[in-house]
Amino acid sequence: MKKVFHLWIVSCVLLLSSVVSAESDLAIEITQGIDEPTPVAIVPFAWSGSSALKENIAQIVSADLGRTGLFSMMDPTTMLSFPTQQDQIYYRDWRLSKTEFLVIGRQIPAEGTQIKVEFELYDVLKEQRLLSERVSGTQDNLRDIAHYISDMIYQKLTGIRGAFSTRIVYVTAQQYGEGKVSYRLKMADSDGARPITIRQQSEPLMSPAWARDGSKLAYVSFESGRPAIYIQYLATGKREKVQSFRGLNGAPAWSPDGNKLAIVLSKDGNPEVYVLDLRSRSLARITHHYGIDTEPSWSPDGQSIIFTSDRGGQPQIYRLQLATRQLERVTYEGNYNSRGRLTHDGRFLAMVHRGDDNVFRIAVQDLKTGRLDTLTDTYLDESPTIAPNGSIILYATQKGVKGVLGGVTLDGNVRFILPATSGDVREPAWSPYLQ
Amino acid sequence: MRASNVTKAVALALSVAWVAGCSTSGTSERTGSTAGTDTGSTQGVSQNGGVSSSSMDDVANLQTVFYFDFDQSVVKANGFADLEKHAAYLAANPSAQVILEGHADERGTREYNMALGERRAKAVSRFLQVNGVSGTQVESISFGEEKPAVLGHSDSSWSQNRRVELKYVSR
Repeated sequence: MKKVFHLWIVSCVLLLSSVVSAESDLAIEITQGIDEPTPVAIVPFAWSGSSALKENIAQIVSADLGRTGLFSMMDPTTMLSFPTQQDQIYYRDWRLSKTEFLVIGRQIPAEGTQIKVEFELYDVLKEQRLLSERVSGTQDNLRDIAHYISDMIYQKLTGIRGAFSTRIVYVTAQQYGEGKVSYRLKMADSDGARPITIRQQSEPLMSPAWARDGSKLAYVSFESGRPAIYIQYLATGKREKVQSFRGLNGAPAWSPDGNKLAIVLSKDGNPEVYVLDLRSRSLARITHHYGIDTEPSWSPDGQSIIFTSDRGGQPQIYRLQLATRQLERVTYEGNYNSRGRLTHDGRFLAMVHRGDDNVFRIAVQDLKTGRLDTLTDTYLDESPTIAPNGSIILYATQKGVKGVLGGVTLDGNVRFILPATSGDVREPAWSPYLQ
Repeated sequence: MRASNVTKAVALALSVAWVAGCSTSGTSERTGSTAGTDTGSTQGVSQNGGVSSSSMDDVANLQTVFYFDFDQSVVKANGFADLEKHAAYLAANPSAQVILEGHADERGTREYNMALGERRAKAVSRFLQVNGVSGTQVESISFGEEKPAVLGHSDSSWSQNRRVELKYVSR
């Protein structure tokens, strides 16, 4: 019953052609949508400066909101008029084109490269102004301004805090020469734009994880020839190696208070989950089984840890209450459920799921009702990571022979991919809200 | 050296049973092929009976990559003969050391595959140790699915990526 349509967001393509960036890895393309999203029009913002702007704020905002699947964004070429002031809005025209919400804006040059951006959000049916705000910045952070505006609009229209002003990190692997691979840890805006390399090496990098304050990452690096866990501070680039042991050192996950890391070590003979207190450096083993225990992740309240274990004969997700050591199996549907991640309200569990067709897909289980929904229809899908407001899950998938990042709304209604233009892209990790 | 051959055959049989027993504990798929591997092990032992135990032979021409079935960490019978020769060499040369690099194919999650790669490396490690190699001569390092031998998303690529690579760090 669900109508599938293909909507190619041209904005990013235009951006790519106008802004030649050294590292344009990702461009959004939406591959599936839903029937009745709310129609919203973002009218191109007025610009009273003399030189051309580097970014088109209206396009970025439009793409941001469109990716959530909640809104259908009006193509500017079909707009009857381009109001930039309240008195230029003819509500009847917008009602005729079925627009329910309208955003207009003005960009005003200030001293130097400073710029002021004023924007307003209108309810077309009620002919009412819902938002009016002025943001200041420079010509170099127009994308930040755009994501901020998206956050404001999203929150006003949905009541949920927007997560557009967040970042993602991910790993790329690019072959060069004979059997040589360059592994990079990259950070980009939540829409994949402005990627920068924050670590590059010739041995594998994996499992990047954000600290909840957004200031640092933990990840696994093989730079010493063996897997070891490192913490990297984003502001300075400074790195520190976490105490490492013989065997596996992997799957770091920060506790919500940032003081502890759940990690996987096999020093006692097989993979077990440990909690490392980063202040006292004390290490506590929390799983005890001869099977594989790995991929820990904290519940948002820090009271429990979910992890993957094959103690039942196949990988399934379990939850351990830290205070009582009470263990509970969480997943039952499917023959392989792993790498669980909880939404920030703790209600939903995103995971890699393999059902009867033996294909690896992203699924979400409602922990209240137990219902499991498979969200993706590609294969080899892995590494789900959830936006801090729970709106979108990013994951790694394959397109052709390349690893790319995909996105899907939590209800599975909208999917999009961020095609890679360089290297094999994998293991996205979505940042928390950033200040 | 006939006695030593008999001892070895027994040790090998034990190691097969042990490795198979340990490795099947956590794996669910294709238990049928596990049974098949056990059957194959008997052949492996009898074939090996004809090989002399000249442990000082050069190990340079031996097989160093050992492949595994999907989701399995059971050492396959076709690797027994050469693994036994590696074991004999290591046992006779206590200063020699090997690294066993365990690898998985790309299916499944990355950290889980790290665990699977380690399980495979440890299965080979146990095989060597049962055959007289000291634990201090062997180190298992898993690379999970991070270092595929072959790129591609087909059964043939995957089968070449599910492997343990035996590498001498000193002879």
